[in-house]
Amino acid sequence: MTPLLELRAVGKVYTRGVFARERVVALKGVDLVIDESRPRIIAVAGESGSGKSTLGLLVLGFLQPTEGAVLYRGKRVDALRGAEYWRFRREVQAVFQDPFAVFNPFYKVDHLLQVPIEKFKLAPSRQAARLMMEDALRAVGLRPEEVLGRFPHQLSGGQRQRIAVARALLLKPRLLVADEPVSMVDASLRATILESLRHMRDAHGVSILYITHDLTTAYHVADEILVLYAGRVVESGEVEAVIRAPKHPYTQLLIDSIPWPDVSRVWGAAPMTKRDGTEARANTGCRFAPRCPAVMPRCWQVPPPTYHLGLRRAVACYLYEQEAEKFNPAEPQCMAAR
Amino acid sequence: MTANAMPVLRVRDLRVTYYTDAGRVAAVNGVSFDLAPGERLGLVGESGCGKSTLALALMRMIKPPGRIESGSAVVRTAQGEIDLLTLDEAAMRKVRLSVISYIPQGAMNALNPVLRVEQQMLDALQAHMPQMPRREMLARAEAALESVELSRDVLRRYPHELSGGMKQRVCIAIGILLSPRVIIADEPTSALDVVVQRQVMETLRRVQEQLGASLILIGHDMGLMAQVAHRVAVMYAGQFVEISPVHAMFTQPLHPYAQALIQSLPRLENRGVFHGLPGMAPSLLRLPSGCAFHPRCAYVMDACRREAPPTVSTPDGRLVQCYLYAAAKEGESAAMQERASPQPQEGMRA
Repeated sequence: MTPLLELRAVGKVYTRGVFARERVVALKGVDLVIDESRPRIIAVAGESGSGKSTLGLLVLGFLQPTEGAVLYRGKRVDALRGAEYWRFRREVQAVFQDPFAVFNPFYKVDHLLQVPIEKFKLAPSRQAARLMMEDALRAVGLRPEEVLGRFPHQLSGGQRQRIAVARALLLKPRLLVADEPVSMVDASLRATILESLRHMRDAHGVSILYITHDLTTAYHVADEILVLYAGRVVESGEVEAVIRAPKHPYTQLLIDSIPWPDVSRVWGAAPMTKRDGTEARANTGCRFAPRCPAVMPRCWQVPPPTYHLGLRRAVACYLYEQEAEKFNPAEPQCMAAR
Repeated sequence: MTANAMPVLRVRDLRVTYYTDAGRVAAVNGVSFDLAPGERLGLVGESGCGKSTLALALMRMIKPPGRIESGSAVVRTAQGEIDLLTLDEAAMRKVRLSVISYIPQGAMNALNPVLRVEQQMLDALQAHMPQMPRREMLARAEAALESVELSRDVLRRYPHELSGGMKQRVCIAIGILLSPRVIIADEPTSALDVVVQRQVMETLRRVQEQLGASLILIGHDMGLMAQVAHRVAVMYAGQFVEISPVHAMFTQPLHPYAQALIQSLPRLENRGVFHGLPGMAPSLLRLPSGCAFHPRCAYVMDACRREAPPTVSTPDGRLVQCYLYAAAKEGESAAMQERASPQPQEGMRA
């Protein structure tokens, strides 16, 4: 069966200046397959500048890859036309970081929900449209009578973010790209938004690409995780396995740096190498080499390939070369980065 | 540090009001607390609960239409006690940085973009010690940068040449230049990645311990509080609803709001379990009658709607503002009036 979404060795280089002399490699060699029959939440984690938002924009078709291809139901996203294009636009939805910026302050919040209903002709009458909006709001845990007819400034950040989720839900999408949906929402309200994302997966079969720098929420909401460092997937796997037993030195550093709200866990037990100023060093190999505590001479020359340690576990680090030889995938993988 | 050490900062009944066109906003509504020498107090609450206003009030940086209505904030220094709220502007300027310093939220915007780091640090020193020779001032600036793990060539750089984490560390370096008694850090790591956040927090904790200063850490990241603070104060609608040692706060919160807050946290053990907080934070313009939390509270009683609950101090040195605990305390009214002095627990993490 054709997967819902497939990324094949996707790369993105931003160019700047006369004759595109300044090149910034935002993403390189990213593979990803999302199967429609098994809706999952896939977290894409990394620090700022790791390329995680670029990945989201590529999936949404707002950016074109400079290498490889993004396929939706087997067709290149940038080549979709007519009915196929509109199907893609309806089926792939987004929720962005800032719950303030997505609303036009001059319109009531109803506007945000009405536009897609009209654009995609989802409802035969105004009455039906109203019912659809109310259903979508209830699905994300809002009371329609409390939010409809209000202006954005009359609602809290959490309520607004949930309306954005409701809007996406309205279109019965197959895939949702959620780029940092809870980072600007108070900690006490995050849980409700994450809960509505999970509800979308379970009750409506929506796959979700959850882009975040916050591993705590990724751990709680996602099934799988891709860890990006400087545009490359350094580790991927089931979220439980990756968070509890990280393999790549960068993932280890990242997970050790999470301040868990738990007084019995001591923060940052592992030492870390200094960062500032060392990145400038010439390096054609692994991008993490300047910060890596386990760096070897070969790391500086050639970037490590992705080693598979299990059906759903991959890591791009020479440390796992031998371990990977023991693993022989009998069948092709249906998910996770290859 | 001893358990019964004299507090370095004693705040009593602090009130700050903003006079807006829509009405009066009581952003800080009668806050009292003690800060022990060397203690790290975490201050948490939803956005708009008044935590940054409290910090600005202690720095006397509240601007109109805001006004400090009443209260006292007494700092104990080698020269004696100073009430920050009664000083005139000239005296207050001397006290800032040297007695109490403030590391603002978002270091990106706190530094002057057209001055080199060196000039900004020297300006701070010059304002307090005009007699100090330039060479000595430079040496002090270098030492401060060194203590936050920045090299001396950062002095010659402009803020845009530094990364977010480095800028935040420059702000910490300025904050500790004059060895203050109290450091207030307002969300010092909210815009940083986890790894950089950890580096900055470790730096801040180390210099705070070296100076023997006390730290008020403001934020809404409960994870950070669990890892860094000795005590945690939970603020709701301009008031402290609970102050407890960090271990007690995270394992056995008393106030229903604190309980809901702790329960909503994602932990390693409760994967996939979500407890949101019901209802909305109240508008400070139209606070509910009685206890401000009562419309969202699961244990609401009649008394909660009528009158604000008293602050109850428990035998183990916790403070909670809730009728649930006032009932058990009846007859011990003396204990209610008494505000327990802070008792940082033993065996805290380094």
